[in-house]
Amino acid sequence: MKAAQEISKLEPRRNRFDVEQVRKDFPILAQKVHGKPLVYLDNGATSQKPRAVIEVLNHYYAEQNSNIHRGVHHLSERATAAYEAAREKVRRFVNARREQEIVFVRGTTEAINLVAQSYGRTFLKEGDEIIISAMEHHSNIVPWQMLCEQVHARLRVIPMNHDGELVIDEYRQLLNEKTKFVSVAHVSNALGTIVPVKEMVKLAHERGVPVLVDGAQAVPHLKVDVQDIGCDFYAFSGHKMFGPTGVGILYGRSELLDVMPPYQGGGDMISLVTFEKTHYNVLPYKFEAGTPHIAGGIGLGAAIDYLAALHWEQVSSHEDDLLAYATGALSDIEGLRIIGNAKEKAGVISFVFDHLHAHDVGTILDQEGVAVRAGHHCAMPVMQRFGVPATTRASFALYNTREEIDALVKAVGKALKVFG
Amino acid sequence: MSDLDELYQEVILDHNKSPRNFRTIENANRKAEGYNPLCGDQVTVYLKLENGVIKDISFQGSGCAISKASASMMTSELKGKTEAEAHGLFENVHRMLTGESAHDGSEKIGKLAILSGVCKFPARVKCASLAWHTVNSALKDRGEVASTE
Repeated sequence: MKAAQEISKLEPRRNRFDVEQVRKDFPILAQKVHGKPLVYLDNGATSQKPRAVIEVLNHYYAEQNSNIHRGVHHLSERATAAYEAAREKVRRFVNARREQEIVFVRGTTEAINLVAQSYGRTFLKEGDEIIISAMEHHSNIVPWQMLCEQVHARLRVIPMNHDGELVIDEYRQLLNEKTKFVSVAHVSNALGTIVPVKEMVKLAHERGVPVLVDGAQAVPHLKVDVQDIGCDFYAFSGHKMFGPTGVGILYGRSELLDVMPPYQGGGDMISLVTFEKTHYNVLPYKFEAGTPHIAGGIGLGAAIDYLAALHWEQVSSHEDDLLAYATGALSDIEGLRIIGNAKEKAGVISFVFDHLHAHDVGTILDQEGVAVRAGHHCAMPVMQRFGVPATTRASFALYNTREEIDALVKAVGKALKVFG
Repeated sequence: MSDLDELYQEVILDHNKSPRNFRTIENANRKAEGYNPLCGDQVTVYLKLENGVIKDISFQGSGCAISKASASMMTSELKGKTEAEAHGLFENVHRMLTGESAHDGSEKIGKLAILSGVCKFPARVKCASLAWHTVNSALKDRGEVASTE
């Protein structure tokens, strides 16, 4: 992130990213809320969908709908081809080596639970240690706590400093011969901190410890290359990166996925079933029991196509500009304190007032058409770390504008007025 | 009056700024904790109950203006009431907050009617009802954590 001071509010945009054109691709953004233009700044919770994605979902149900991997008829072949084409798009999107390493799941949460239950219950035992960080979303805490209870392992937590950055020296100290797994977020959903996952993976791998990276908040903002990061697993959700809800991805290195038992049993994950014994299917189908969210998978593929057609450097610099501009503008508000001031940040600003609760801010902002998240962001330990009950979180996406940040600032001013 | 003005009326803002009975009771004989898992609001209600009458009541905790004001008004209203009266009031307030009552004065809720604006903000109903769920659980003396869920 560029420091707020570096960018004057009057400075014209430095890139030629046409945000107004992009906004036209997202039909929902044109609406009014409580009589005011919608200012959607809750992208960390879920992003809006471009017309291209909505149309693909429509087209699937109107023209292609059929079950996959099992029909010999025309529609089933088309649906299967479209679904598998989406898998290949995801593979390219995260630069995995093979399609077999891309497992369709319901979302990040399911991906993490899959690894905790399948890998964790198989390879972890009493006394082993699992390392997570102090900035994790509940979905990267609870599955590991559940595993710890099941196998009597111990959860260790990397602390963070006052700016909301992980203390890497402490992480080094935590890594020891008992460490059997590391699971960390790539980008914090509550603070926006970008975590140095590549460096962290390297440290874990020096001890032969596998690493899962929770990429839910990273994929809409950063160019993710799982081979470059070197992680063993990478989990993310479709709906936070302009795709449909109910579909997500677990990337896993095939060497590990191969030795892991299935997570759920059912159709599609088998090659042969008798009452005596069942033979499991090959990767990735071994982990895809039951009829999946076919339309969702194809929709996610469409979201990837949409992103691929944009110039990533321009998107990135537009988002940097938004973050710097918003950080500067919000910092100017008297009494407002930003929680999370990491040097490397993406798309999120969490803030608090001493005498004004996040819920009240959220309600007043909503009346002004500004959608933000108010609460603990499913990261209660983060709130505890900073000694606040809740924060107001504005989270940005590529379609947000400086004008929308002005609307946010104005609405915050109104909240302050109501509370005198 | 706009929905927002109705929600944040002067009286509510005042209770938020200077909550009444915002303290602990040393010799309380009933106590319950309430928690709103959705947003992290937390409240502890202390009661001194004698022969079925609420002799003293107080609260502590953290939450938004609506939850704090609601708890503050609740303690003012319940002091001196019998358990049965408190329970009746709980029912009436709950109906008002969820928009089930007509707000025509037929139900006896007195000053608490000022909270009726909340029903136009469904996301905030739980903020206003948290303290009431908590006192209800204190009166039942279940020793459990009340939840708005």
